[in-house]
Amino acid sequence: MLKFVKYFSLIFFLISGNIVSSAENTEKLLTTDWTFKGPFGKFDRASLQRGYQVYQEVCASCHSLKYMSYRNLSEEGGPEFSVQEAKAIAANFEILDGPNPEGEMFTRPARLSDKFAMPYANEEEAKSANGGAYPPDMSVLVKARKGGADYVYSVLLGYEDPPVGMKLDDGVHYNKYMYGNKIKMPAPLSEGLVEYADGTSATEQQMAKDVVSFLMWTAEPHLEQRHKIGFRAIVYLIILSILVYFSMKKIWSRIETEI
Amino acid sequence: MSEHNYQPKSKFGKWFNDRLPLLTLANHLTDYPTPKNLNYWWTFGGILTFCLITQIITGLVLAMHYIAHADLAFSSVEHIMRDVNYGWLIRYIHANGASMFFLAVYIHIFRSLFYGSYKAPREIIWILGIMIYLLMMAAAFMGYVLPWGQMSFWGATVITNLFSAIPLVGESITTWLWGGYSVDNPTLTRFFTLHYLIPFLILGLVVLHIWALHVPGNNNPIGIDIKKPSKDTVSFHPYIVVKDLFALLLFLILFAFFVFYSPNVLGHADNYIEANPLVTPAHIVPEWYLLPFYAILRSIPDKLMGVIAMLSAILILAALPWLDTSKIRSAVFRPLYKQFYWILVLDVLILGYVGAMPAEGLYLLIARIGTAYYFAHFLIILPILGKVEKTLPLPMSISEPILGGSLNAEPARSKENSQKL
Repeated sequence: MLKFVKYFSLIFFLISGNIVSSAENTEKLLTTDWTFKGPFGKFDRASLQRGYQVYQEVCASCHSLKYMSYRNLSEEGGPEFSVQEAKAIAANFEILDGPNPEGEMFTRPARLSDKFAMPYANEEEAKSANGGAYPPDMSVLVKARKGGADYVYSVLLGYEDPPVGMKLDDGVHYNKYMYGNKIKMPAPLSEGLVEYADGTSATEQQMAKDVVSFLMWTAEPHLEQRHKIGFRAIVYLIILSILVYFSMKKIWSRIETEI
Repeated sequence: MSEHNYQPKSKFGKWFNDRLPLLTLANHLTDYPTPKNLNYWWTFGGILTFCLITQIITGLVLAMHYIAHADLAFSSVEHIMRDVNYGWLIRYIHANGASMFFLAVYIHIFRSLFYGSYKAPREIIWILGIMIYLLMMAAAFMGYVLPWGQMSFWGATVITNLFSAIPLVGESITTWLWGGYSVDNPTLTRFFTLHYLIPFLILGLVVLHIWALHVPGNNNPIGIDIKKPSKDTVSFHPYIVVKDLFALLLFLILFAFFVFYSPNVLGHADNYIEANPLVTPAHIVPEWYLLPFYAILRSIPDKLMGVIAMLSAILILAALPWLDTSKIRSAVFRPLYKQFYWILVLDVLILGYVGAMPAEGLYLLIARIGTAYYFAHFLIILPILGKVEKTLPLPMSISEPILGGSLNAEPARSKENSQKL
């Protein structure tokens, strides 16, 4: 048994070492004290609510969240706005609906069941408004980048003057952490850009942390539930293993052999 | 085996069993005499059965919500992750389940290599196993295409393009596979259909695999033939059942760790970007379990030869019972083979590592040496080894080394035992 465990873990670590080492070595990413990491990780509601504000006031003019609905804002495990607050937020946006009985398309205020309003009508409009670069949809952005939350956080804070001798085209910016170091998005955050209702001071780091936490939630809306169920499942499995282990010992004791 | 004598106790049981001997089958499965010295490496057969059933059940539920269409596939997966009740759980079990399935199958295959389970009279079990493994790779590859992310699309493009290496008809075959002139909606729908079909083919082969196993019975860590039933065997139920269950539970703890705490670590971040035929990802890499073969493919400069090498790397395993000329099954009694075995394990791990790296410079050189060694192991080392190796004396029966105090029958000790005899 012990020998088996020894070899199994050896092989397992070799394989997982293989996977981890296959990650590329790039600039070491910035990080912060994320509340959602670890087996008991949860979102900080206030941070998610502030993050939504940053998204809405800063990012949303170019970046969509097309898989999110306004109802999600009041759901358990997210920013947990009250249903009234979420309704009020939705009502700020105009949504194209129709056709009505006369065959006309019309706009109306958004409801909880609607998806988040899109900044552009289509990809072409988005590109032409942004110098040819398409601002990616941010619903699963954090999961779609190697380095995850740390990477997005680093890019938000990674704007610097280009190193001497590096020539950048018009509308291209230098970013220490961006893949290839060139990014078309101008530095989106600056001190005091938003005014937080809860009085938190809006430093660049604070805004970046809040909005990345918010984006982690949009990418993984059931993260808290996953952590909670996972803990219970693993405790259950461990207890059951112990019980089955002793049953096994008892059963095998009927015959003369080791196990 | 006792099935000829088996009589159901109840009158109805007897009536039913005379017409359809299901009870006889159940009796055979529970009474099945199993060597009592099987170690934990033998529990992976049961674990693999569990993996297959888990994949089929979670897959069925996913198929109820998934939409196989190039424009809708990606968002239907997001719909599963967000709006379907426990959809995230089902999908993460299915996605990580594929990795767990391969982890278990590799252990199962390498267990077989160590203890010589592929040798006579178990060649058919082994070949059925290789067929299952091939189908698993096909199913896993097509399954990875279904979310229609960037890696799905480009992985499908790279792999299907391999067929274009076939002389004369290659291009036509590729077009036929795609259902068009590039990977597109027709490719996705047929991959979905096949991904749904293949697990049931695997299930059928698994039944044959177990049937073929039940004819000669299990091999065992000592690799000698044993009388069945005898004091060297225990009935499958409850002895092996409870041991398999215990091992399965330990395996599930690892499984749960991935599903609940690192569900995306075994995948590739690019697959959360919707497929875009106009943007090629920086590195196109397959899932981890295909990396050694990917390394072999890329280590050959010629495309056609690369494809042939990759396929041969798998198919050569089917010839293994005849390439290994040694009459001794277990590596426990083959001191030289034991060393070459571990070199092979290391070689495959190294190939896996370079498979994930760009094919250039030192990585390419290592991949080439690794590939050459892989084939040399099967084509040169094994045939010669069987002829020249001085093997250790075998014990007379399983009970001998066990009474001597060691389940795993270390070579030194079994030597002692046989000398005592």
